[in-house]
Amino acid sequence: MSEPRTLFQKIWDSHRVPSGSDGPDLLYIDAHLVHEATSAQAFDGLRLTGRAVRRPDLTLAVEDHNVPTDSLSISDPISVEQVTRLRSNCAEHGIELFRHGDAQQGIVHVVGPELGAIQPGMTVVCGDSHTSTHGAFGALAFGVGTSDVEHVLATQTLSMPRPRTMAVEFTGALPPDVTAKDLMLALLTEIGANGAHGHVLEYRGAAIRGLSMESRMTLCNLSIEAGARAGMVAPDEVTVEYLATRPRRPTGSDWDDALAYWSGLHTDPGATFDRTVTLGVDALSPVVTWGTNPGQAVPLSQAVPDPAQFSDAAEQAAARRALEYMALEPGTRMRDIEVDTVFLGSCTNGRIEDLRAAAAVLRGRKVAPSVRMLVVPGSMQVRADAEREGLHDVFLAAGAEWRLSGCSMCLGMNADRLSGPSRCASTSNRNYEGRQGDTARTHLVSPAVAAATAVAGRLAAPADLS
Amino acid sequence: MEPLTEHTGRVLPLRRSDVDTDQIIPSRFCRRLTKTGYADGLFARWREADDFVLNDPARAGGSVLVAGPNFATGSSREHAVWALRDWGIAAVLAPSFGDIFRRNALKNGLLAVQLPDAVVSGLLDAADRDPGFPVTVDLVACEVRWDGGRQAFEVDPRARRLLLDGQDDIAVTLADGDGITAYERGRPHWLPVFGAARAG
Repeated sequence: MSEPRTLFQKIWDSHRVPSGSDGPDLLYIDAHLVHEATSAQAFDGLRLTGRAVRRPDLTLAVEDHNVPTDSLSISDPISVEQVTRLRSNCAEHGIELFRHGDAQQGIVHVVGPELGAIQPGMTVVCGDSHTSTHGAFGALAFGVGTSDVEHVLATQTLSMPRPRTMAVEFTGALPPDVTAKDLMLALLTEIGANGAHGHVLEYRGAAIRGLSMESRMTLCNLSIEAGARAGMVAPDEVTVEYLATRPRRPTGSDWDDALAYWSGLHTDPGATFDRTVTLGVDALSPVVTWGTNPGQAVPLSQAVPDPAQFSDAAEQAAARRALEYMALEPGTRMRDIEVDTVFLGSCTNGRIEDLRAAAAVLRGRKVAPSVRMLVVPGSMQVRADAEREGLHDVFLAAGAEWRLSGCSMCLGMNADRLSGPSRCASTSNRNYEGRQGDTARTHLVSPAVAAATAVAGRLAAPADLS
Repeated sequence: MEPLTEHTGRVLPLRRSDVDTDQIIPSRFCRRLTKTGYADGLFARWREADDFVLNDPARAGGSVLVAGPNFATGSSREHAVWALRDWGIAAVLAPSFGDIFRRNALKNGLLAVQLPDAVVSGLLDAADRDPGFPVTVDLVACEVRWDGGRQAFEVDPRARRLLLDGQDDIAVTLADGDGITAYERGRPHWLPVFGAARAG
C-alpha cells in the first residue's frame, strides 16, 4: 500500500515534471487562462526572446478586466489598446479568445468552469489572484504574476516550492440564510487576512458536501483573501453532475475514463495536513465587513467593533486606520450603516445562483431611491440564463441596472468606478482602501444581503425587510 | 539580467500591516502595456498625504522599504513590483508577504526578504531615529546586515541561483525541455484542449 495522501498531494505528484538539473521539480500546467490586463508584457517577453507559446491548445483567453459593462463597443482608448493587443497576441499564437460582445465572454473565472473546461485533478493558472476559484472542482488552481504567465506560455510549467497543506473543517449544518460568502467571511474573521499564508486549503465537512458548485466556487475564490496559495474541494456527485452537461466535458468513453480517474481524487483516510482549522457553522448568520481587509468582518447583527478590543497592537492600529478610512464609529450597529451603491457581480458572486438569490429578495420590491444598484452577470452565458428565467425583469422592475459582463466595479480598473466618498455594499472580494474608487468605502456582503441592502438603503438581511 | 549579489541602501520605514497591492499601485495605474513607467502610481493614494514616508525629503533616495506583516497581500499584479522598482526600491523587508508578490519580486530582482517580527520592529525603530539608517541585503550569505546586527534569511533556492547568476528563468526551464515533452506524452487523453486543436 502506498502512503495515504491528501487531494493536494495527489494532484501535485501527478503534475511533477522530473527536473534534469539539480533544481526543484517543475509543475505541469493543464490549463492557462489569460486576460488583457496582465498578459501583454508576457507576450512581449516571448517576442523579445524569439520564443513560441508551447501549448496554445492549453491556453484560453478572455477579455474581462477592462471592458465596459454598459456598451458592446469599447470607447476608452486605454481599454481599446489593451484589448487590441490581446487580440493580436492571440491571433499571432493561435490562442482561442472570447471577445467583448461574444456569447461566451465573461469573467475568466466564471467562463472556464461554465464551459466544463475546468475538471477535477487539473492544474490551472491565470495572471489573476482569484484563480483559486477553480479549486471548487478539485483542481489545483492559483494566481500568478506576469513573469510566471510568460514562463507558462513558453514552457507550460512553473517551478515552485511545494506549498504546505491546511484542512479547513466546517462542522455542523449551515443555517438556511447563510451562504458560502458568509462562511468565508466568518473564516477570514477567525484566522485573519493572512491566516492561511503559504498553504493550500482543502475545505472539508458535511456543510461543504451540501454546497452547489457555484457556492464552492465562491468559497475557493475567497481562499486568496486568507493569504492561501489555493483552496480546493474534493470532487463528488455534485461536481460530476455540474460537468455532465457542459460543452467542453469529456465525451463518450473519455467521460468514463475521466470519471474513473476523478473517483480517486480525495484525501485518503490517515493522510495528514500541515495544519487544521475547525469552524462550527451551526450558529453562523450573515456576515459583513466593517474594515478595509476581508478579515475585518462581523455578523450583520452586531456593531462596528472598538479597536481597543483587539488583542495585539498591530491589529488595533489596523482597525483604527480602517475605521478612519471607512468613516465609522465603534459601536455603530452594522444595520444602521447607509449605503448609496450596491454592486452585485464579480468572480466571487456573479454566477446564476447569486443572481437568483438576489432576485428572490428583489421580486416585488424596489431599490431605495437613495441607492444605485448595478447587476453585472459573471458571464454573457449567466446573463442569457438569467434572462431565460426572467431575472432581468425582476432587477429592472426593482430599479437596478442590468449590465453586460466583466470585472466591472470589483476592482475599479474600468469605467465602473465610484467617485467621491461613496459607500458600497458589494458582493465582490476586496474592501481595500480605494479599491472601487479613490475614496470609495466598501462593505463585502453576500448576494442576498446585497439585495436586501439595496431595498433598505442600509445594510440589511432579507429577513429585515417587511 | 545582470547578476545580483547584494544591495545596500537607506531604510524607508512603512509601519503598516496588510499593505495590499491596491495601495502599492491602484488598478487605474495598471493599464500600461509595458513593464516600466509605474513610478507615478506607487502608493499613489497614500502619497497625497504630506507626511507619507515617500514624501519625506530627509529620506529621498532610500531604497530598502521595511514594512509590517502581510506586505503586498492581494492581487497578482506584477505592476506592484514594477512600481517599486521604478521608484528606486531595491529590497523590501517584512515579517511576511503575499505569496504571489514575493514570487513576482524575486523574478524581477526586487529582494523581498522575510525577517522575524522583532528584527523588523528594530529596523523600523532605528530608521525612525535616523533617516539615513542603512542596511545591506546580502543574497550570497543570505543575511541582512546593519550597524550592530545581522539576521539570516531564507529564500527560494532556485530564485536565488537565478539572481546570483543573472540567468534567465525560462531558459533554465527550457534546458529541461525533454523532460517536459516526456511528461506530455503521459498526460490523460481526456484533458480539455482549446481553440483549433479542439475543432480538429
